[in-house]
Amino acid sequence: MVKINGEDLNVGGKSVAEYLNSAGYDLMRVAVELNGGIVPKAQYEDTIFKNGDSVEIVSFVGGG
Amino acid sequence: MIPTKKEWMKALNDRHGTMFQEKISSTTVAVCGLGGLGSDIAIALARAGIGKLILIDFDTVDITNLHRQQYKANQIGMSKTEALQENLKEINPYLETDIYTIRLDENNAKNILSGADIICEAFDNAECKAMLTNFVLDKMQDKYIVAASGMAGLGSANAIHTRKISKRFYLCGDEVSDVNDGIGLVSSRVMLCAAHQAHTVLRIIANEFEV
Repeated sequence: MVKINGEDLNVGGKSVAEYLNSAGYDLMRVAVELNGGIVPKAQYEDTIFKNGDSVEIVSFVGGG
Repeated sequence: MIPTKKEWMKALNDRHGTMFQEKISSTTVAVCGLGGLGSDIAIALARAGIGKLILIDFDTVDITNLHRQQYKANQIGMSKTEALQENLKEINPYLETDIYTIRLDENNAKNILSGADIICEAFDNAECKAMLTNFVLDKMQDKYIVAASGMAGLGSANAIHTRKISKRFYLCGDEVSDVNDGIGLVSSRVMLCAAHQAHTVLRIIANEFEV
């Protein structure tokens, strides 16, 4: 299982890009932290979730 | 009568204690975007006696800004950087500021932000918010970023919170209220979010890293 925003999900083996797309995120509006470190956008395709990973996905909304 | 710098510093030291004030006075904060969030953050930090503010915005003051941003009717048409610098100096004549009337992007961010200890993301646009947050966390790993997401509308004041996402990344707002849903931005709720950001900055300076 992979913990994403506090929820245990069965997404081990998926890439960050695959998960973000399948969950409906806008890739231009997110920041992804994997086990406490940022995943650079250029590495979304190549970064694969492993069981036990802890992920925070921040999806920004407009206004300031 | 404008107080002398000595009188000014004594008043700050009396309020904050010399040790904390020395830390505040030796910290540089970049405020990226000088709309409702950025202008409020800058005023809170200027009053606290922050060492230096780096103020960045490409835009000019518009009549539609005045319902929530810390500008005045007679400043319509001025660049936000110059207008805010003027207002901040009236509040704190000894504040040091660097202003950049420019659109911050991945090509110029490193140069402009390199002198900052803490970076406040205060843009309006969600893509720009994500760009700056990703850039700082990826390319400027000695900096803290205090970002904002979700402060539009008339939702509860208590829904605005601060969350520590990782060691150098704090997020303020309700995380859901988009400016394009409903009535847009209301000054009081934007101020709440800006206050969370400014307060997070002061807590980082005080080595209080948990929220």
